[in-house]
Amino acid sequence: MIVDIERFVENETPYWRELEGMLDSLERDSGAVLHLDEARRLHYLYQRASSALARVNHMALAPQLRETLEPLVTRAYTEIHQGRRQAQRLAPFHWFFAVFPQTFRRQGWAFWLALGATLAGCAFGVAALALDPDVKPYIMPFPHLLGDPSDRVAEEEQAELDDRAGSHAPFAAMLMTHNTKVSMMTLALGVTFGIGTLCMLFYNGVILGAVAFDYIRAGEGVFLSGWLLPHGSVEIPAIILAGQAGLVLGRTLIGWGTSDNLRSRLRKSRPDIVTLIFGAAIVLIWAGIVESFFSQYHEPVVPYAVKILFGTVQLVVFYLFLGLAGRGIGLRWLRRDAP
Amino acid sequence: MTGRSLRYTIETPEGITFALYLAGPTSRFLAWGIDMLAKAALFTLLSYTAVPFGIVDGGLAVAYVTVAYFFVDQGYSIALEYGWRGQTLGKRLLGLRVIDEQGLRLAFSQVVVRNLMRFVDGIPFFYAVGGVAMVLSPRLQRLGDYAANTIVVRAPRPASFEFARTGSAKYNSFRAYPHIEARLRQKVPPEMAALALETLARRESLAPAERLDLMRRIADYLRDCAPFPTEATVGITDEQYLRNAVDSLFRTGASKRDAA
Repeated sequence: MIVDIERFVENETPYWRELEGMLDSLERDSGAVLHLDEARRLHYLYQRASSALARVNHMALAPQLRETLEPLVTRAYTEIHQGRRQAQRLAPFHWFFAVFPQTFRRQGWAFWLALGATLAGCAFGVAALALDPDVKPYIMPFPHLLGDPSDRVAEEEQAELDDRAGSHAPFAAMLMTHNTKVSMMTLALGVTFGIGTLCMLFYNGVILGAVAFDYIRAGEGVFLSGWLLPHGSVEIPAIILAGQAGLVLGRTLIGWGTSDNLRSRLRKSRPDIVTLIFGAAIVLIWAGIVESFFSQYHEPVVPYAVKILFGTVQLVVFYLFLGLAGRGIGLRWLRRDAP
Repeated sequence: MTGRSLRYTIETPEGITFALYLAGPTSRFLAWGIDMLAKAALFTLLSYTAVPFGIVDGGLAVAYVTVAYFFVDQGYSIALEYGWRGQTLGKRLLGLRVIDEQGLRLAFSQVVVRNLMRFVDGIPFFYAVGGVAMVLSPRLQRLGDYAANTIVVRAPRPASFEFARTGSAKYNSFRAYPHIEARLRQKVPPEMAALALETLARRESLAPAERLDLMRRIADYLRDCAPFPTEATVGITDEQYLRNAVDSLFRTGASKRDAA
């Protein structure tokens, strides 16, 4: 029981002010690191303020004093029990070349499921167009793809090198931002327990399958490969990576295969989700540049063989990167050769 | 937290409980509106910086504006909520803050996930999905908050206590009995103390009969909680008893100095 409330407040106020000052300085500089003595002092002041709050919590002098102490204890509690790890030095290269591929492999099941949904959509698109050619306007919502593929190929092959000059940068910017938004949407739909993500991937697959079938049926398979492979070899996997992230979120919400509670599951999987979507966004930036500056040129400006070779090599390198990077293989190889 | 209350209680490992107050849909929507205006202003400023690019190449300027708009649109909330500890400009102006469900500081992944989920929360327009989710959620969480384990609270502000309003700055015969004052503080629940304070503060707006009746009932309740000796209470009205009791309940070092 606090008999003399005035003396209690007067005695404790310097400690509360000191705690407030420490919290202010910590909140101003999120990268600040406390020395051991400062950390001990902060903890002591937090415990002292907590103790004061516990003493006034059930007393009538609340809410005035309680409403003074509660924000202070809240802030101190947040600072001391923070979920954020210690301030880490930014290491973008390590993140991209090690953490990103490691995360991809750790959540590999989701990638294969996302790929499966895309391929199922492709099969549906092929079957739909094969069985009913009139369905084309409904499953290919792009005006430039609705005409005869051979007409488009003839038109594209007549284009000169300078015809597209000046439009590369805005086109690349539009592609990057649009595709990144699509990938974010694909991830966000994972909140519907993954169903929305699967639908999005299936729909993308339907368009892809229908376009591919339309061009192959028209005998323009080489043009199609030369057009799609240079950027599609990374753009399509990037969208599937976003789907992978969405499916990780969906599985986390369902709780399949773990006895952890939802909060714990989300805490564990969130860094993987963020890594996958940021990785996908970076790949899409590259894909946008390639699509704008390279994919849009056709024979005779750029031979199809060069474009197909570029796309194939890029696909293999990207696959090797996701499969091998971050395993420390190079380091192990160096150690084995060391005397 | 119990039921649909806006009060959200967190218990620390030390066994201390403290309360936070959840932000309602209206204040969050207003904060979002302010953020939209801030984004528009930022985007306008960035558009002016595209002028030098336009001199070199018109296409380059368009590309710059497209990318800048994208980064402002997507990065605004992520950057500010992480840098300002759960606050954007709108939230800061309206006194709101995003925090971890357990009151902890936000992790970067939480900020990113809750903001990326805006793509779904925003369907089909004006955050309809997010708004419905918020109304249905006991913690007023939209889907993004749900996936990120976050809640939006009203940033706590210390209460401004207008002691003089109660007329309690006069001589208080109870002050001679600090041990009984302490018992009074211990026995009277906070809600009743707040009621006594408000009754005194609004006494002039009460009808005379209701004023007398209310003062008598609260004073009786307080007498039962911690009876003061007769020499401290003799000759004082119920209202004066209430003034003295409120002074004893709420008096602090600071308020004593203010009163002096």
